[in-house]
Amino acid sequence: MKFGVVVFPGSNCDHDAYHAAHDVLGQPAEFLWHKETTLKGADVIVLPGGFAHGDYLRTGAIARFSPIMPAILEFAQSGGPVLGICNGFQVLLESGLLPGAMLRNRDLKFHCEHVYVRVEQTDTPFTAIAQKGQLLRVPIAHGEGNYYAEPQVIRELEAERRVIFRYTDARGEVTAAANPNGAANNIAGICNALRNVVGLMPHPERACEPALGSADGLVLFQSVLQSLAVSGKA
Amino acid sequence: MSTVTPEEYERIKRALKREPTETELGIFSVMWSEHCSYKSSRIHLRKLPTKGPRVLQGPGENAGAVDIGGGLAAVFKIESHNHPSFIEPYQGAATGVGGIIRDIFTMGARPIALLNALRFGPLDGEYGGRTRRIMEGVVSGIAGYGNSIGIATIGGEIVFEDSYVHNPLVNVLCLGIVSADAIVKGNASGAGNPVYYVGAKTGRDGIHGATMASAEFDDRALEKRPAVQVGDPFMEKLLLEACLELMATDALIGVQDMGAAGLTCSTCEMGSRGGAGVEIDVMHVPQRETGMTPYEIMLSESQERMLLVVKKGREAEVEKIFEKWDLHAAHIGEVTSDGYMRVKDHGTVVAEIPNTALVDEAPVYDRPTAKPAYLDEVGKLDLSSLKPVAAQDALLRLLASPTIASKRWAYRQYDTMVRTNTIAAAGMTAGVVRVKGTNRALAISTDGNGRYCYLNPRRGAMLAVAEAARNVACAGATPIGATNCLNFGNPERPEIMWQLVEAIEGIAEACRALEIPITGGNVSLYNETDGQAIYPTPIIGVVGVMEDASRVLTRAFQASGHAIVLLGDDRGELGGSEYLKVVHGLVRGEAPAFDATREAALIRVVTEAASAGLLRSAHDCSDGGLAVTLAESCFNAGGIGGTVALASDLELFSESASRILASVDASKEQDLLRRAAAAGVPARRIGTTGGSRIEIFVKAQKVVDVAVAEAENLWVTALEKHFKRAVA
Repeated sequence: MKFGVVVFPGSNCDHDAYHAAHDVLGQPAEFLWHKETTLKGADVIVLPGGFAHGDYLRTGAIARFSPIMPAILEFAQSGGPVLGICNGFQVLLESGLLPGAMLRNRDLKFHCEHVYVRVEQTDTPFTAIAQKGQLLRVPIAHGEGNYYAEPQVIRELEAERRVIFRYTDARGEVTAAANPNGAANNIAGICNALRNVVGLMPHPERACEPALGSADGLVLFQSVLQSLAVSGKA
Repeated sequence: MSTVTPEEYERIKRALKREPTETELGIFSVMWSEHCSYKSSRIHLRKLPTKGPRVLQGPGENAGAVDIGGGLAAVFKIESHNHPSFIEPYQGAATGVGGIIRDIFTMGARPIALLNALRFGPLDGEYGGRTRRIMEGVVSGIAGYGNSIGIATIGGEIVFEDSYVHNPLVNVLCLGIVSADAIVKGNASGAGNPVYYVGAKTGRDGIHGATMASAEFDDRALEKRPAVQVGDPFMEKLLLEACLELMATDALIGVQDMGAAGLTCSTCEMGSRGGAGVEIDVMHVPQRETGMTPYEIMLSESQERMLLVVKKGREAEVEKIFEKWDLHAAHIGEVTSDGYMRVKDHGTVVAEIPNTALVDEAPVYDRPTAKPAYLDEVGKLDLSSLKPVAAQDALLRLLASPTIASKRWAYRQYDTMVRTNTIAAAGMTAGVVRVKGTNRALAISTDGNGRYCYLNPRRGAMLAVAEAARNVACAGATPIGATNCLNFGNPERPEIMWQLVEAIEGIAEACRALEIPITGGNVSLYNETDGQAIYPTPIIGVVGVMEDASRVLTRAFQASGHAIVLLGDDRGELGGSEYLKVVHGLVRGEAPAFDATREAALIRVVTEAASAGLLRSAHDCSDGGLAVTLAESCFNAGGIGGTVALASDLELFSESASRILASVDASKEQDLLRRAAAAGVPARRIGTTGGSRIEIFVKAQKVVDVAVAEAENLWVTALEKHFKRAVA
């Protein structure tokens, strides 16, 4: 089961995703430089966190034009599992693979801390072995994670059960106080209509080992292994 | 703008055997500035111990390096960016972070951690509004740069004192890891080898930044804003990755970043270190603005630029790596064998200076010293004159004072965990990062108490070394190396010079006794405004190593029913304490006594007990004394309470050095006490963990009884309240 970790100039959680896949899960993994045009046989694609192109124009805005993006679009359209973490989520939004946009955090400050998210749906490759309603303690580290979409889009996402992760308090309650950035409906992560492309602001790859304070994020990576094994794609 | 004195001008003429050109004068002026030449401190810095069995690189290169075992080295250094951070807080702090990161990766190391030691004036009062703006700018500048480039900010400290009101201090430390056999030096050698310039284009920003950092402020300080540079963390991220990729080949000979004094400093220092000359033509230097003169190009401090010397014949390979990262590597000159720094402009020589003249013949001053008159007065402290204050009130006031309060407001803006190495949460202990591929971890702490140094610079400096080492030991690591940043006033005043010399000698003595060599650092002088100097503030960063990362300790009690043990003993010392300042408004008395032998024994006992798995928590007893240390040991987002009994009320807030508050399983208590006794470290059980309250008895009378949650809430929110109020 080969993980392809895309490296844009300015990606800085590429090694973290690679470490989680390769060293913690023991899976083959390869970095995919953004100027490549093929995915080198990867079975799952991770768009990592960071500041692609410095996030200078708008988060993820330049990365969507990278030479590797057509291959990723094609992979996603054919049902291949794609996970966008933090800046990777922002790239997915800019590239149109997921709807909506990111605003600056409500208090205009960068936040790095552990938060709780609730797994809302388990019919995606990245939540397949999680329990519905399962709480994950995972870190966030972003300045622009305030998810926004037109009210109609939010309604569609909710109606189609495409909100995959939601910020909650430690008891799993969706409260305003538990929302670290002001995201609409406490949305931390969503998927596409095909359900194979998932983007989320928290960093599951930073929560794969107890030594780091939490191993709750491992379930995303284990889920994709399981769902690929079941589908016989790898 | 030139700060060359008439005597120095004569010296230049002797070195050149002629009058200098305008460009040459500019070059001498920055290279001989205090910031670059250390002319006031150099003869004293020689007193620092810089050698040891683990030292792979001492002072003189871009950063120091120590052996951490397993064929790996830790590369680290601390540097100041005080002056720019006052003038333009966001960019000043951001470019400080950018500069220290470059110092680490030019050594071939992958930077994995940042710390920052910050000093500000009070958050309220006459200058409170300005100080809050400066602090917000500095914190977001550190965050903006470190978060973007993707290096975790894992620790540091923030202290508030009146003396920093017009001269805030921003000291930044970076730590990296490299194979011990792959350390890269800043050498230029091999005549004919090409010299490359890589990174951002050169603009007119930062011209004479080094000179600005070598002068006092006056009421025209803000006019110096053009001398502050603007940081581009994205460019530096590209440089970092491209340079590390290049260093993995053997095409590189040497590299140096263009920090203070820009192209001038890197060109002559690389030549000087390599025993060679460097010849460049400024027409090849990528320029952001038109019409720049050679003088401006040579003195610009535009950020994110590197100078590299590569092997002749390998140019295509080198250029290809930089192209991959969309960086332009400009071939600007060659290494020569004549030992000259030669600068041409379209082929015409505009500067031709022997490297030795710039580097080795830089003026060195043995400036006069005089013990300051204020010392006699501030040394006096009559405890009987203090009006009595209830212990609990005092404790709560201390917990809410900005220096002691939680710094969560700041560190939640920092990415503390990118690259998944950070194994202790921010604010819980010294910064601790694991070393991937090994079982080891590195702990690192910065410390420095300006108030102690004001009262007694020599002892205060020793205490700074000791506290940083003790903090590292409390995480379970053995201190193995140190870096220092010496922040002082104007050295041309004998009283300031006396403080500086005393402090350096104190650092030297403590480092020697604790066997922690200094591998590099930085001196920042002229931190004064209109004749008012900061407290003498040596900041010490200590790096420690632990063989088993799973043994890392934090300050927080882990379970109920553990024995609370105080290692070290109290001598009822309130001089210079946080208690005296916060509760009684006094900065006086004698700094706490220091005995290096005791400290060394304490550090040994704690690290050995930690590696034996004996301890459950350990916390350095310092600012605010034992009462504050106990409270902080209870704080862990609603942590475990503790009850202790003390023999005297002086013990509550006394800041006697060389003490650690530890908790151990009750069954291990005797083992710990035996180990302490064998090492000659006084130790006694003073209480038990458990419950949800902080309770302190003095002579059987309960003097503190407060819910952990209440005290913690006060401590956690105290700092952010200042900023919420500022917004309202």
